[in-house]
Amino acid sequence: MSKKIISEIRRDHIFNLLKEGKRSDGRKLDDFREIKFETGIIESADGSAVVEMGKTKVTAGVKIIPGTPFGDTPNLGVLTTGAELIPLAHPDFESGPPSPESIELARVVDRGIRESGMVDMSKLCIKEGEEVWMCFLDLYAINYDGNLFDAFNLASVLALKTAIIPNEQYGKGEDVPLPITCLPISVTSAKLGSSLILDPNFDEENISSARLTVTTDDDGNFRAMQKGGQGSITLDELSHCLDMAVAKGEEIRKLIG
Amino acid sequence: MDKRSARPAREIVVPGDILDDSGAKAGDNTYTVDGRVYAAILGVKNRNQYGVGVIPLGGRYMPKPGDMVIGMIEDIGSSNWMVDIKAPYPAPLHVSEVPWKVEFGDTSRYLNVGNVVLLKVLSVDEGKKIQVTMNDSGLRRLEGGRLVEIPYVKVSRVIGKSGSMIQMIKNLTDCRIFIGENGVIWIDGDEKNAEVAVQAIEMIGEHAHRGSLTERVKEFIEKELPDAGEVGE
Amino acid sequence: MSGTTDMILVNKDGKRIDGRTPDEHRDIKIEAGVLANADGSAYVEIGKNKVLAAVYGPRECHPRHLQDPTKAIIQCKYNMQTYSVSDRKRPGTDRRSVEISKITAEALEKVVLTELYPRASIDVYIEILQANAGTRCAGLTAASVALADAGIPMRDIVPAIAAGKADGYVLLDLNKEEDNFGQADVPMAIVPSTNEIVLLQMDGNMTREEFDKAIEMGVRGCHDVYKLQKEALLNRYSDGGDSDE
Repeated sequence: MSKKIISEIRRDHIFNLLKEGKRSDGRKLDDFREIKFETGIIESADGSAVVEMGKTKVTAGVKIIPGTPFGDTPNLGVLTTGAELIPLAHPDFESGPPSPESIELARVVDRGIRESGMVDMSKLCIKEGEEVWMCFLDLYAINYDGNLFDAFNLASVLALKTAIIPNEQYGKGEDVPLPITCLPISVTSAKLGSSLILDPNFDEENISSARLTVTTDDDGNFRAMQKGGQGSITLDELSHCLDMAVAKGEEIRKLIG
Repeated sequence: MDKRSARPAREIVVPGDILDDSGAKAGDNTYTVDGRVYAAILGVKNRNQYGVGVIPLGGRYMPKPGDMVIGMIEDIGSSNWMVDIKAPYPAPLHVSEVPWKVEFGDTSRYLNVGNVVLLKVLSVDEGKKIQVTMNDSGLRRLEGGRLVEIPYVKVSRVIGKSGSMIQMIKNLTDCRIFIGENGVIWIDGDEKNAEVAVQAIEMIGEHAHRGSLTERVKEFIEKELPDAGEVGE
Repeated sequence: MSGTTDMILVNKDGKRIDGRTPDEHRDIKIEAGVLANADGSAYVEIGKNKVLAAVYGPRECHPRHLQDPTKAIIQCKYNMQTYSVSDRKRPGTDRRSVEISKITAEALEKVVLTELYPRASIDVYIEILQANAGTRCAGLTAASVALADAGIPMRDIVPAIAAGKADGYVLLDLNKEEDNFGQADVPMAIVPSTNEIVLLQMDGNMTREEFDKAIEMGVRGCHDVYKLQKEALLNRYSDGGDSDE
């Protein structure tokens, strides 16, 4: 997922429009593409979701399995997040061991969920020091047209939000919903020239110099951030990114209820 | 509308469908077993005086000598450029096939990665090795303007019967337009007009298999550009 | 095939646990052209199996040393997603998926006119979103629709389905329980215009008579699948007549 060559004509067109505050697909700088989602799409998963942002499409699924807790957190459940940029999703994605890009994606999504305390890990203890519920969250790109960070985040939140702890399957009583405390939403700004835009598509992402992913909780507080790309962000730009992340985060949170 | 209903309904075939078992000649995108002609591709059955064949509905562009194409420089060598022309194979542009005298190793001074060029396919050999040229009138580097990509199979629809569709778009939007046989189209004009031309062409790219296209494209442009047609005629 | 159960898989009236008769396949849904980036794609549901296939190409073959100067090669990758099965599957390639990828590519080689694209690669990706016995057949079924959707020249479309045996009955299209506790599984794929077999595996225990019956049932099942594959491709272009040119 290293930078792809965008033709000079496309690049110039995007930059020329940005100077007038416009984007090539008619969006305003801080508009997301249309977001569509569906949950419970995979019966074999304990929670699942598909999210579309324009032509970007991703799926998330969670498997909840009893396992041994970590020694330093004997009474807490475990969350493990993985992301795969499978070659089905884009002509440039290759199969093989996880790329640095897919590892960064998984870790940034994981951080937002973990640091926000979205899943109440203390309620996932079955027997202290011996058995806890382990949540394996796996993310797949199905069609890649930019902004996988926010698409993966949203799919993860939806999958976890609708997940069921499969007590019955393991002879532990009745199935119950995974305990959820809040909805962490990430909003990624991309910097093109001196413009900041949200929800970059493939072309925009590939000519951007830097990006900043900001994850907020229900109160609009910051829970995780990640700057990426070889360019820099000024302090004023940072402030603008944070404002947009709070405002847009609230909008998206309302959308998914 | 009467004209439309008079035309025989088009028949879509899938690979393996029998097209003819009465001795017709095998045309494009077919294969023959025991005198029967079969479809070798998803497309529209096409019978004419030359035989029976299939017009593809999709797939990759395969270059033919003489095709005008629009490509993007994706790599630079010391004596050639590699051009992405949306074909299954890369298309090398040799320094002898450009209108400049290029010293060995000096290629990037003339064309660089990301540049867009209007080219002609010079040759395609048996092993499908492609050669392209910029040595012909009108061939050049394209700067400014807009690029649209549509499936190459829709190019004939964008051109229209004897160029009627593209002429109409040019007249109504007052844009300069170059159409690559590979489905890459370059448009240059006033910003608003170029945007409408882009959308009109994308509309043809998406809906070319639906009816009364010329009328709908005309209506679309006239709605978007109420003053259309007053210029450039 | 290895497990045992007291469960009655086929009752005395010849009805299976999901209500099917022995020669009936599960509900099948096929859709062509479902992914924007791929040159061709398909989504297939067979019972509770959910499968996506994408085709890229013909395109330059990487790695280079795999190029064949006389024809295109077909590279297939079958991948089971981690949450597609009841126990979480470890991500990444395992021996089973390598084998399935290989026999799927070989089955497709028979019908694709690879000689038209020397040195090129046609890449087929199969993702199992949800598995419930019969994923290799669902994957191959999806892959051949995706190839046709990609406009790749081919002699025919390949349908696939499994036959098998449970409670002593020869059955078409085994479900999870029949696959786990039955006595045999015979996944197969054919070229419909000639009935040639392009994929065949068998494990379990069958008499010659039972196997012949399984093949006969499988061939008929394949023709049913083929009809739906064809319909899916035609549906993609069914929304209008000819237009002015």
